[in-house]
Amino acid sequence: MQRQFTQKYLNKKLIAYFVAGAFLCFAMLLGISIGTVSVPILSIVQIIGSKVFPFISVNQIDQMHTNIVMNIRLPRVILAGLVGAALAIAGAAFQGLLRNPLADPYTLGVSSGASVGAVLTLFFQISIPFVGSFTLPLLSILFSFLTIFVVLTFAQKIERSMRVETIILTGIIFSSFLGALISLMIALTGDELRQIINWLLGSVSMRGWAYIKIILPFFILGSFILMLNGRELNAMSFGEERAHHLGVNVQRRKMIILTAGSILTGAAVAVSGTIGFVGLVIPHLSRLLWGPDHKHLLPLSILTGSAFLILADLVSRTIIAPTELPIGVITALIGAPVFAMILLQRKRAERSGS
Amino acid sequence: MLNVQQVCGGYTGESILRNISFEVGKGELFGILGPNGSGKTTLLKMISGILPIQEGSISVNGQLLSKFTPKQLAKMVAVLPQHSSQAFSYTVKETVSLGRYAHLDGWFQGWSKEDERIVQQVMVQTGVADFSHRDIQQLSGGERQRVYLAQALAQEPEILLLDEPTNHLDLSYQKELLDLLKKWTNERSLTVISIFHDLNLAGLYCDQLLLLNEGAINKRGTPNEVLKEERIKEVYQTEIKKHPHPKVPVPQMVLLPEWQNELEKKDPIINPNMLSLSKDHIVLQSSVPLRTMSSGVVGAGMGWYETFINRHVDKNYDCSDHRKEMAEYIRSHGFDPNESVGMMTAVRLEDVSYRLYTEKDFSVFVVVTAGVGNAVDASKSDSHSFEMVPGTINTWVFINGNITEEAFIQGIMTATEAKVKSLQDQMVIDRMTGTLATGTSTDSILIAATQSGKSLEFAGTITPLGKLISKGVYECTTEAIGKYVKRIQE
Repeated sequence: MQRQFTQKYLNKKLIAYFVAGAFLCFAMLLGISIGTVSVPILSIVQIIGSKVFPFISVNQIDQMHTNIVMNIRLPRVILAGLVGAALAIAGAAFQGLLRNPLADPYTLGVSSGASVGAVLTLFFQISIPFVGSFTLPLLSILFSFLTIFVVLTFAQKIERSMRVETIILTGIIFSSFLGALISLMIALTGDELRQIINWLLGSVSMRGWAYIKIILPFFILGSFILMLNGRELNAMSFGEERAHHLGVNVQRRKMIILTAGSILTGAAVAVSGTIGFVGLVIPHLSRLLWGPDHKHLLPLSILTGSAFLILADLVSRTIIAPTELPIGVITALIGAPVFAMILLQRKRAERSGS
Repeated sequence: MLNVQQVCGGYTGESILRNISFEVGKGELFGILGPNGSGKTTLLKMISGILPIQEGSISVNGQLLSKFTPKQLAKMVAVLPQHSSQAFSYTVKETVSLGRYAHLDGWFQGWSKEDERIVQQVMVQTGVADFSHRDIQQLSGGERQRVYLAQALAQEPEILLLDEPTNHLDLSYQKELLDLLKKWTNERSLTVISIFHDLNLAGLYCDQLLLLNEGAINKRGTPNEVLKEERIKEVYQTEIKKHPHPKVPVPQMVLLPEWQNELEKKDPIINPNMLSLSKDHIVLQSSVPLRTMSSGVVGAGMGWYETFINRHVDKNYDCSDHRKEMAEYIRSHGFDPNESVGMMTAVRLEDVSYRLYTEKDFSVFVVVTAGVGNAVDASKSDSHSFEMVPGTINTWVFINGNITEEAFIQGIMTATEAKVKSLQDQMVIDRMTGTLATGTSTDSILIAATQSGKSLEFAGTITPLGKLISKGVYECTTEAIGKYVKRIQE
């Protein structure tokens, strides 16, 4: 009987990955297909197929379609996917670590730090030699690192044991402070105002392959580290003392997880600006659907997070075309009601005792 | 197993614990006691490696605690916390499986059959296997506590630390949990170190106790050495009384509430007006419970009782289940059997003799019903066959005073001696042997005291209390037998 149960359990997990993967494929195809020029899904498959397997000839495909897919839509969809995945997995990790389902990368002040780095770059027109146009993302990541470092040092100063409550409080304090700094810089800005505001609202448009190259190594590094810490995150979500009793090296693991989280957040903010709600809603949704086990929650959050942001980006550029809405508006508009609905349904299910 | 040497320390800055040294042997159930703020939890956190030690050393199996890696420590020492927070709805099995964390080496090592076997085993042992797929957030406090116990046991520790394990459990689970722990210490040499709030539970189950007071060791030893009335009073700063457990030779502590002092001032007097006589029974109804020692049919032994019933039954009364029948009789007359002492007699109740004897600041009220139809000489009782028939000399002695336990026993001796003398003076003869009788075959006695007013330590025959008892019992018995004999002769 036990074996049957285990079998069923495994099947359930497989189904979860399949559903999440299918959702991502669906979102990608839709994201590439729809726009001012509609590209048939079959063509997309052919175009991408010919790039992956160059020996297949694709003479009958429209050159314009190939251009649109390869130079505009595909990089945009991939970038949106990567940003969504990075924010979602970072959110899932932070929520597990802080034992708070309502925590996300913003709670720790990480994304505010990254924003300050970016705004500073735009404000002072900084350009680091040899890096050139990559100055903005690099400084964002640097600042998210600095912020998490300052927040943690400050939390440690308040309390040696660095309880999660202290970290959250410190994060919120720094977040507000950094937000005020950004507002101050915007107020002092003259000509660059529009550029900064645009960046702040968040977007994945017209970034191209270059930005994917920026975020990809950080994304792989951060996600890899976090997924190695799935078991530790499970233990941590029962409280730090409990994790310690179970044999987790709490101080070290906490630093590793926070660092990985800030790499992901910093990189995501650098390439797309501040996009809210992904890091909050996606992990929560995944947990409600497939359980809180971080070994599965983290990869599933990556799949659903990227699919969600691709769809959000699609809606943001088509809903009042040709004008584009900031993607953050869409994530909040879709995310908040979905979130509320799930919460309500879950409460109802609990009450009926199932 | 565990060796704690001159440990000092506590939270940042201040030192809560001072100079703590003790050892715990393998397979011991070791209890840590102490009032709130005495440093119990701090000590436990130090042993579990959460709080750093400022001075001294703690070693497990001869190795310093600080030399263990967290994983190594988790394989040796598991903790069942007092409170556990669960932010997410893990299933019971997922929760228990986390206990195997320390045993999984490497990042990618999978779940082995051995891990699965141990998880299943501990879930069965703690009785959580039946709901292994349910969310822990949906469980009751007691069920959840058992899930965390299973998680701790999945670590396969040699030492199990518990912080007030019975805190959220109802009575039956408290017993179940402690019985289980005791069994494991005996059968698998698991060492259990637990904080207890309940001194009596600690006394019942622990092999060794450590009593902490203001961060220092007050006493360490067996329950009998540690749970001394004076020591507990001093450490906990409260009124308690030591009392033996009815079945097991361990000390138990009972609280003395404030209202008990109030009661003493009221000073109830048991007097003849409280007695009601009828053909069927004699009842004395007290306004307050009396401390009673008796050999009644109902309410025998030591206890606190309010109603005292001496019931007339026929000579041919069937005694097969007399206790139950008597309890029903008491209930049917509007009294509570749990609050009553009930006796039986075949004697006509109109032969009763009672009188109040008063001294300067205490008094004794004696009630005797007597019949000597089955008089026996105790020195020759071998020649009588055993036969349960309703008692014939029932002696009640009510004392308006506060008497000790030894005075209860001395009171029974004194009353008995007075009864024997009365029988002899009236030349009551054992019909079987033809010698002077010392009583009848089924006599009953009751000593009840209000436990308020004057303190009376002794009740031997020449003590002030003893004098009143012997005089009263002698006179009343003599009078009652006189009435009986007179009625028989008529």
